[in-house]
Amino acid sequence: MTDHFIQDKTTKVTVNLEGAEQKMDFNDLKSGGFIKQRQKDLFTVRLRCPGGRLSTEKLIEISKIAHKYSKKGVVHFSFRQSLEILYVDYKEFNAIVAELEKIGQKVASCGPRVRVPTACGGCEYNPNGLTDTQKMAEMVDKTFFGTPTPHKFKTSFSGCPIDCARTKEMDLGFQGVVDPKWEEEACTGCTICAEACKEGAIESDPDTGKPIFDPLKCIWCGDCIRACPTEAWRPKRYGHIVRIGGKHGRHPMEAVEVCSFLPDEKVADAIRLTIEWYNANGRRGERIGNTLKRVGLDNYLKFMEPVFQNNQAVKA
Amino acid sequence: MAETKTDATIDLRGVMCPINFVKTKLKLEMMSPGEVLEVILDSGEPIQNVPKSIKEEGHRIVEVKKEGDFFRLKVERS
Ligand code: HEM
Ligand code: HEM
Ligand code: SF4
Ligand code: SF4
Ligand code: SF4
Repeated sequence: MTDHFIQDKTTKVTVNLEGAEQKMDFNDLKSGGFIKQRQKDLFTVRLRCPGGRLSTEKLIEISKIAHKYSKKGVVHFSFRQSLEILYVDYKEFNAIVAELEKIGQKVASCGPRVRVPTACGGCEYNPNGLTDTQKMAEMVDKTFFGTPTPHKFKTSFSGCPIDCARTKEMDLGFQGVVDPKWEEEACTGCTICAEACKEGAIESDPDTGKPIFDPLKCIWCGDCIRACPTEAWRPKRYGHIVRIGGKHGRHPMEAVEVCSFLPDEKVADAIRLTIEWYNANGRRGERIGNTLKRVGLDNYLKFMEPVFQNNQAVKA
Repeated sequence: MAETKTDATIDLRGVMCPINFVKTKLKLEMMSPGEVLEVILDSGEPIQNVPKSIKEEGHRIVEVKKEGDFFRLKVERS
């Protein structure tokens, strides 16, 4: 991890420049968003774009600022959906931050704290979407961004089980699900739902063509609901599968599912309590997945009972 | 169930997603509200995707018949 330590040191050097840098308030910046490049004096400025979304108005203004301050005239879309302005001279930090502030654009964070949440398009415009991922990402960014934790804390929101936002690789991930409910009276036995279900959770009755549902195979995607011509399949409830303890990096870990149908209005509570547990149990520099391994998942689940209760898997 | 009368038919067997849906959509747009289009679709991907897209556009699927490995849908234009 040589790069990281070089980066770490440089951050300190930058902090030491504070005096020479006049009123640069690094605390205000939540120790983040300025990443030393390999090139002398040049930094990457990472913007805070929750859910990877920007208004076109803001994007135009950001483009102008990037054009003015990037020595090479380039930006980069980070792997966590934020826009990065490359090749910025550190002597111009004050100026670029001031200009970004004027258009209401914040700089992202780094280090051991809650990061900018990522999200897919979700139900707002993606045909598969079941939850309003963009709205949730905005809420999490507003409420939790920058909260200190033992190590970095990454969240994401996927709108459906296709899981484009990779909730299985997050410290805490939320993936949209729907619980399908079937009403016999409306069903004409057309067999489309059995065709539409890619999980083999629906078989057609050989005589009537009506669905025979296997909840153990269901992944709660809602394809049956969308395909049924008569609305015999309907959504009973929407929610999030909650996953915890995932990460990538050199030693990736897959997150484990801890709740199956968490409603929107409990997401903030789930995050707040999880952070509380993590701060109480995590060691410095330990991702929550490793804390869970060390302390035990049961300990966490017990702590989370007030939030997760009654939202457990319907599979059981 | 009584046969629904149809005003037009479009045979989309062998036509891939999403072209099959686009053709259905164009055909429906040339028809008047309340008219019924018969759509013939392969099983597999086409039947997984086209009905939901038809619904999303606000049309109504009024009849579905499975015949071998294809489906015959009747779609009422909205
Ligand atoms: C001032 C502090 C830091 C800065 C400026 C920084 C900067 C960055 C940048 C620019 C990326 C690429 C992000 C992307 O493409 O979206 C990144 C990714 C990453 N950083 Fe840092 N980092 C900092 C601290 C840390 C710390 C303390 C750790 C862990 C101990 C860490 C671990 C990682 C990991 C694992 C990734 C991979 C990407 C991911 O999981 O999404 N970083 N960091
Ligand atoms: C410029 C700053 C940094 C960048 C660009 C960066 C980037 C990355 C990248 C790309 C990975 C691999 C992620 C993947 O394969 O998806 C990674 C992993 C990791 N980085 Fe960093 N990192 C930065 C700073 C730091 C710092 C300062 C530390 C610790 C002091 C750190 C600790 C780690 C650790 C522990 C991992 C392992 C995976 C994990 O925890 O998810 N990083 N980093
Ligand atoms: S996770 Fe689902 S809703 Fe989100 S972009 Fe992927 S397919 Fe669409
Ligand atoms: S929700 Fe998805 S997996 Fe479950 S039965 Fe319907 S189509 Fe199959
Ligand atoms: S798609 Fe709807 S109408 Fe057709 S068999 Fe399934 S539940 Fe019945």
